[in-house]
Amino acid sequence: MTTTTQPAAATKALPKLPWSRHLLVTAVLAVVLIPLPMLLDPAAEAVAIRVLLFAIMSISWNIMSGFGGLFSFGHAAFFGIGAYSTAWLQVEKGVSPWIGMAVGVVIAALFALVMGVLALRYKLKGAYFALVTLAFAEMLRLWATNSDLVNRAVGYHVPLRPEESWWWMQFAPDSANYFFIALGLMILGLLVSILFLRSRAGQFALAARDDDEASAALGIPVVRYKVLTMMVSAALMATAGTLYLQYYLFIDPDLAFGSAMSIQAILPAVIGGVATIWGPVIGAVVLGPLTDITATLLRNPPPFLDFLAGRGGLDVVVYGILLVIIILVLPKGIYGALRDRWSRR
Amino acid sequence: MTSQPMVADQETRTPTPSAWWARLPWLRIGIVLAAVVAAIVLAYLRSGSTVVVTQAVVTGILIGGVYGLVAMGLTLIFGVLDIVNFAHGSFLAIALFLSYYLVAGMGMHPYLALLIVLPAMFLLGALVQRFVLAGAMGKPLENQLLITLGISLVIENSLLLFFGANPRSVSLPGDQGVAILGAVAELSRILAFVGALVLAGLLFLLLRRTSLGTAIRAVAANDAGAQMVGIDTRWIYMLTFAIGTACAGAAGVLVAPLVTIEPVTGALFNIIAFVVVVLGGMGNVVGALLGGLVVGLAEQLGALLLPGQSPLLVVFIVFVLVLLLRPQGLFGRSGS
Amino acid sequence: MSLLTVEGLSKSFKGLRAVDDVSFEVEQGAILGIIGPNGAGKTTAFNLIAGAIKPDAGTVTLDGKDITGHPPHKIAAAGMARTFQLMRPFYSMDVLQNVTVAVLAGGASEKSARDQAAGIIERIGLSQWRDSPTEGLPTAALKRLELARALAIKPRVLLLDEVLAGLVPAEREPVLGLLEELRTQDGVTLVFVEHIMAAVMRLSDSVLVLNLGQVLTQGSPQEVTSDPRVIEAYLGEEPSA
Ligand SMILES: Nc1ncnc2c1ncn2[C@@H]1O[C@H](COP(=O)(O)OP(=O)(O)O)[C@@H](O)[C@H]1O
Ligand SMILES: [Mg+2]
Repeated sequence: MTTTTQPAAATKALPKLPWSRHLLVTAVLAVVLIPLPMLLDPAAEAVAIRVLLFAIMSISWNIMSGFGGLFSFGHAAFFGIGAYSTAWLQVEKGVSPWIGMAVGVVIAALFALVMGVLALRYKLKGAYFALVTLAFAEMLRLWATNSDLVNRAVGYHVPLRPEESWWWMQFAPDSANYFFIALGLMILGLLVSILFLRSRAGQFALAARDDDEASAALGIPVVRYKVLTMMVSAALMATAGTLYLQYYLFIDPDLAFGSAMSIQAILPAVIGGVATIWGPVIGAVVLGPLTDITATLLRNPPPFLDFLAGRGGLDVVVYGILLVIIILVLPKGIYGALRDRWSRR
Repeated sequence: MTSQPMVADQETRTPTPSAWWARLPWLRIGIVLAAVVAAIVLAYLRSGSTVVVTQAVVTGILIGGVYGLVAMGLTLIFGVLDIVNFAHGSFLAIALFLSYYLVAGMGMHPYLALLIVLPAMFLLGALVQRFVLAGAMGKPLENQLLITLGISLVIENSLLLFFGANPRSVSLPGDQGVAILGAVAELSRILAFVGALVLAGLLFLLLRRTSLGTAIRAVAANDAGAQMVGIDTRWIYMLTFAIGTACAGAAGVLVAPLVTIEPVTGALFNIIAFVVVVLGGMGNVVGALLGGLVVGLAEQLGALLLPGQSPLLVVFIVFVLVLLLRPQGLFGRSGS
Repeated sequence: MSLLTVEGLSKSFKGLRAVDDVSFEVEQGAILGIIGPNGAGKTTAFNLIAGAIKPDAGTVTLDGKDITGHPPHKIAAAGMARTFQLMRPFYSMDVLQNVTVAVLAGGASEKSARDQAAGIIERIGLSQWRDSPTEGLPTAALKRLELARALAIKPRVLLLDEVLAGLVPAEREPVLGLLEELRTQDGVTLVFVEHIMAAVMRLSDSVLVLNLGQVLTQGSPQEVTSDPRVIEAYLGEEPSA
């Protein structure tokens, strides 16, 4: 359409978009973190890897549930698909975990496609949608638990290799390479988040989350972009499954598909800030070390907690309390609250 | 201003004067019954044994009654507070451990524990609603879901922390197999079923026949309207959550002799309760009881239909089908 | 041949015939005004035409193609845009982003979308609000945002549901001017629901009157406003202007 002519001077300059800043921060993060293993002792490095793993999972959850507005309570489904694809191919077929990761990514995305088309075609929203995701993860768990194909409840141990190998993604337990792989995947996750949001598809997904009727009235095929968002998220989650398997060398149905894994994908994003790029990372940094802090505390408890010596579960109790407090006090999460404060100045 | 808001096509739950049974969806109940009968026939064809099928049906119905009781509490909370309560199962777990300590530690009779557990759970529910959930009333659904998730994490892992992960059990003195309808069932299972039905009946009478029940139903139908006619909605929210939690508590006492008592037992009941609630129609208390029976049967017959698979798999398949095809529930009043 | 043809359109809600056998045609480049008392079924008719809800009976034809019951995004892609009487901005985005998404939905390249959006915002007179979040915007700005987003997909037919409601008279004039310009410069065909009679009189080539879901009459603005049945239908309604 023709625009009426207007004096160019009257137009304000367009505000800068945040993407290049986000990309810059991502690059700085990568560069700053690369030398980290040299500074950390093995125990601290294990914590760092867990933080990165949490971050990848939660970045993934945040894409679907934060930016896409599709509340997933069953993200373990995608995680488990990644872990199990890798484990099955490696143990049963002797295939490299890198290829296993790629296969896992594809299967997880296809699984998300089926789930998304079903759930969205029947217009499930809110709690109903969340329950469907939970049901799908549970079905996978029950199936894996009773299926000879994937070794039933026993799960898989990754066979130990005599020497370190990039091809088999296997190194000495305290090798910095695990850290580098985890870091690489997290950076990849951040790039996926940022570039997806910047893209036409991501913008449509945001619009559809905000108001699907208004989006459809503009010609946006809402279901298609919501499903696409789910597929991107699922693909990223599957890589976390591979990483977990290769680092801890073991997977079983409860670990892979159980709701604890889904919850670990949710918590960092909620605590750091849902629907923000950096929320999941910040949340992971807060939550990741908790397990070790509480474990240390319980190994040598102060006198008044003597009766808890050697017990587990304190870390998750703290997670739960944090979750409740954050929702009640900072519903936008740590990063969301900070950002609001800065922008008000 | 002259603009008129479009009325969203929501199911309205206004109490209407006609008798409650006249408003039950008899046609759909018929279809569900037909499906159950078909499943029984199929199970018979697969297993080839009447005894096995009869046993499955009896066991399914008995445990289904308990599922119904758990789910009634959950669905009541959803109907009145609009909260999807992920902590419901963990309240049941607390009740399990409480009865364990009353029975094993203090030598109390397993069913007498009800006298202590029921009020204790009622009180706990009231406190949790008042001090944790009240702050999130009217917030987006996700927030409430996350809060109750947080509560369940705290409860389950506190149990783990204090009592450890080793499984425990409660035994009913004089518990033995009883022949019933051509099958054999433990006495404790039959009593759990009877107890669940009695409590469900009491809850139903409370909702239908008392002024408190009328107030609760009024708030469920329309909180703003209820407030206008002088009902203290905050009080009703608290009482409803307390009643719902007490339902989970009662179910916990009743099933204590039937299950292994571990912190994670609650999570299993939680998931089943959600399935039942969706089947019965979210917020539909009578539907929850019927849904409980359907899930109990699906679980038991499913084990026969898909041998080697977890019985729960069939339950989830039914669940997903219902969610997709009839999210307002099998027994909900017609929505569209 | 007319660009938009509606024939025998009907929709009931639980026994209430919200839209009852409504038919009309709009020529390319014409402006059709739709009036009628509250609850007459005007918004429902728009929802049916734009595909937001499926009709019980009747057909909608756009440029010779039957689009009855097609999903809304396909209808939009076929060249029909609509605004919502109750404004529906994308709440997480500022005004510029709202319009940019719409421009993208209209098929523009990612590079040029923001510039185009800024141009539309300027044209609609929203520049003052361009970088503001939609939360807390005054009605006048939100109404114009609806219009801006709809224009951003470069529609051939534009359905406007009470875009002037909530604007003070001084704010109406530029919007009216813009709508006239849309027809003369851009060749957009307009169907608009409006309570403000001055606007209806000024813009419409033809006016359709709905009452209780049915077409009461259709004709030139003068014919319609002097029709005693129309006056009767509005009796009891407070005069709006
Ligand atoms: N989704 C709906 N469900 C039930 N009734 C509706 C719905 N949408 C509109 N109605 C009813 O249809 C009638 C027409 O409404 P509407 O089209 O909004 O009128 P108008 O836009 O002319 O004021 C009204 O009585 C309204 O209450
Ligand atoms: Mg209207």
